[in-house]
Amino acid sequence: MRKELVELKINGEAYELAIVPTHTLLEVLREDAVLTGTKHGCEQGECGLCTVLVDGSPQFSCLMLAVEAQGSAIRTVEGLARGGELHPLQQAFAEKGASQCGYCSPGMLVSAQALLERNPAPTRSEIREALAGNLCRCTGYLAILDAVELAAARLRSAA
Amino acid sequence: MTAVTTDPRQTSARGTAVVGGSDPRIDVHAKATGQTMYADDIHLPRMLVGRLLRSPYRHAKILRVDVTQAAALPGVHGILTGRDLPIRYGIMPVAQDEHALALHKVRYHGEPVAAVAAINEEVAEQALRLIEVEYEELAPVSSIEDAMKPGLPLIDGEGLGRQVNRRATLEFGDVAGGFERADRSYEDLFFFEGNTHLPMEEHAAVAQWEPEPRGRVTIWSSTQVPHYLHRALARVLELPPGRIRVVAAPVGGGFGGKSDPFSHEVCAARLAMITGRPVKFTLTREEVFYAHRGRHPVLMRVRTGFKEDGTLTAMTFRNMLDGGAFGSYGPASTFYTGALQAVTYDVPAYKFEAVRVLTNKPPCGPKRGHGTPQPRFALECHLDKVATDLGIDPIDLRLRNLIEPFSRTINYMRVTTCGLRECIELVETASGWRGKHGKLPYGRGVGFAVSGYMCGAGLPINRSDSSQSEVQIKVDRGGGVTVYSMATDIGQGSDNMLVTFVAEVLGLRPRDIALIASDTDLTPIDLGSYSSRVTFMAGNAAVQAAQRMRDKIFAAVSADLGVPSEELVARDGRIFDGDDPSVGMDWRAAVQTASVREPPLVTAGSYKAPKLAGPYVGSGVGPSPAYSYTAAIVELECDPETGVVDVDRVWIGHDLGKAVNRVAAEGQIVGSVYMALGEALFEEQVFRRGYLKNPSILEYRSPTFLEMPEVETFLVETDDPEGPFGAKEAGQGALLPVIPAVANAIYDAVGVRVDETPISPDKVLEGLRQQEQGNEPRVGPKKMPDFDYGEPVKVDPPGGRWVAP
Repeated sequence: MRKELVELKINGEAYELAIVPTHTLLEVLREDAVLTGTKHGCEQGECGLCTVLVDGSPQFSCLMLAVEAQGSAIRTVEGLARGGELHPLQQAFAEKGASQCGYCSPGMLVSAQALLERNPAPTRSEIREALAGNLCRCTGYLAILDAVELAAARLRSAA
Repeated sequence: MTAVTTDPRQTSARGTAVVGGSDPRIDVHAKATGQTMYADDIHLPRMLVGRLLRSPYRHAKILRVDVTQAAALPGVHGILTGRDLPIRYGIMPVAQDEHALALHKVRYHGEPVAAVAAINEEVAEQALRLIEVEYEELAPVSSIEDAMKPGLPLIDGEGLGRQVNRRATLEFGDVAGGFERADRSYEDLFFFEGNTHLPMEEHAAVAQWEPEPRGRVTIWSSTQVPHYLHRALARVLELPPGRIRVVAAPVGGGFGGKSDPFSHEVCAARLAMITGRPVKFTLTREEVFYAHRGRHPVLMRVRTGFKEDGTLTAMTFRNMLDGGAFGSYGPASTFYTGALQAVTYDVPAYKFEAVRVLTNKPPCGPKRGHGTPQPRFALECHLDKVATDLGIDPIDLRLRNLIEPFSRTINYMRVTTCGLRECIELVETASGWRGKHGKLPYGRGVGFAVSGYMCGAGLPINRSDSSQSEVQIKVDRGGGVTVYSMATDIGQGSDNMLVTFVAEVLGLRPRDIALIASDTDLTPIDLGSYSSRVTFMAGNAAVQAAQRMRDKIFAAVSADLGVPSEELVARDGRIFDGDDPSVGMDWRAAVQTASVREPPLVTAGSYKAPKLAGPYVGSGVGPSPAYSYTAAIVELECDPETGVVDVDRVWIGHDLGKAVNRVAAEGQIVGSVYMALGEALFEEQVFRRGYLKNPSILEYRSPTFLEMPEVETFLVETDDPEGPFGAKEAGQGALLPVIPAVANAIYDAVGVRVDETPISPDKVLEGLRQQEQGNEPRVGPKKMPDFDYGEPVKVDPPGGRWVAP
């Protein structure tokens, strides 16, 4: 299939890419933009690993064509840290042990980011609800809940 | 989460500086920024995409494979079929029964038959569709019952017969006498359904070939066992091991599912050799379900004899394991279903019979707890019933029969430290057990169970007297410390464990230590991340290597300062006189003087388990230099209208010897609780006539954020004399008691016994229906197929208790 030229705005940066138009945003992020931070776990919208933010809302990048994302602001795990400084969510994930194998962390982090942008003071059950589409096999989720709560508190006190 | 420390020395002056702390693991910042390069993230110039063609049949002869059309497709660079890789392999020396690609027959739906390397995924997929394979279907063997029929075609062999893969029959002590002494005897049947690891990362491997005359293969793979992959590749590719380099990439979840050498790894290497280009294979989620090697379905019969006062007089286990299509770890799995029952209780007489059969299903192997969660489920549910019958509290029944620390079990397992009693007391108190058990309103219940697990298989898979783990340390002139170890971080935190021990000994911080891990070219041997062996074995090797490095540094500093080595202390980045801390020098200065006085600044350490096996065949499975212990209480609600179980809270006490890092240790324990709850309530492989019905994440239901209850964790530190800084294990053992504790809590809630996993709502409702009709309120297996286990090998019990040195 002939490639098409698309322009994607990823983490505030403009990417001009020649892509296969049937390729998903996930494939284009990993293979064309070489942003391998975003993982794939099923490519069927079942695990949440490939979650990215499209105009602030969490989307399974495996269920979206890259051409559909043109004109939108895409954010991935690579866009979380500011320069060398970790985002409070990343810091909290490290402190609370919310990453073990780490494979679900990129999708989990951006899902949590979207939650905190929409609701800076979520209850524990609101966090559970918001992240229920992101699976993790290592942590048993509790450390992730602790980390999101900690990051939310720190973000609130910094605001 | 709560942590309780029973080791008073933690805060004493001689306590540790970084071991037992809670600093973030060294690997987590890279993981939280997307920087960590997993195998699938590797992209090499000119890299080809590899794909596997898998069998559409459960059991069939391969009559013809024609790749002509596929090979002619533009963009296809290499194709392999079974004939290209005719050498059999397998993880265990006694089970070399796999081909990378099926050669004469296929044994399960999803078995790899051919492999393609092409310029991209689309071309590779198209090529797979162009490969013609002609099969002749054979009658499939779909269950333990099928496998026991004499008239089905043998999966491993010619002709018809029973599919016996392994068997074991052992008797320790006077079992008949034990039952004669009993006031009451009990018998129960249980079935533990098969389930799978479901790692978030799909298996991936990238291979590269360096042309002759060096002729070297490098493979980066999501493997837990680079050493065993190295061996298998050397065998199948017929290359000297020195020309193969295996690098275990950071593993995105293992749980035992990446512990075998896999087809895609062998094919990646061979295709790289053929095409002269790098080749990457990444399995799809569906393929991960076929690669499997997970929990064996096991049908079990347990019998016990008890005195009226609750004293155990004898125990027998009879187990039938459904192994799936290949051997894998099966010979070990078979013995594991009988090995660890006696490490928690004083069993005066014990008989164990087991048979593992082959079926036309994805091969089973080791999943977290390897072969021991199934019998532990049976035993702990059985004891709950015994307690009810004897009118004894389930906790008291356990306490009456608890194993003593520093003793030897009837089947020759050497027990050293055992904090099970403390674990029990902690969860009993925290949960308010005495006010709850049998006393909560209908629909609400609490359940209890205990377990023990290994800290590393005492004997290596390939029997030898070599060390089981070696670690090297190099210190450079600037003071930088690098640790080299083949231990593989599968998410359990082994990287952090290694640098923590080295930092502790050298008086540095874990973050100051560089680590080169799991690379067969660069790092000395470690057998792999399985059997909860890494902290104990690689940890001990790391401590020894670090102590030897510290000795060199101390010798140099001692000569410089005139302070005897024995009085020097390494802490907080300084080497100083313990009596007068102002006399000393910083680490960097110490290294500089040592590089003059004590070169080279390179040391190594190694670990080999003491000889632990008993005097009988099969005694190689189960012995471990130490055992971890766990007690769990689960509180739940069981809706009698819907059968739905909602777990409210879990209290878990785990004797891990010593926490190397408290956050990491609690994470392992909570993760174990989570995985156990999935197995107890949801997770199962469902087959319809031998076809896996649920090979996707949505259909293979696992717990999400919404089902995971809060957990109270208690770390019990018993300071094992042989463990590194007293540490044992935390990665697997805590899974074991949670599954039976759920079943026991359901009984406490609604009076129904579900004697098989998973305890799905339909089974609870069926139990309630039986209850309503006045039948035994039980759901579970009613009979076992007949099988002649043969005369048992009688083993005399060990003479006397073992006493710690």
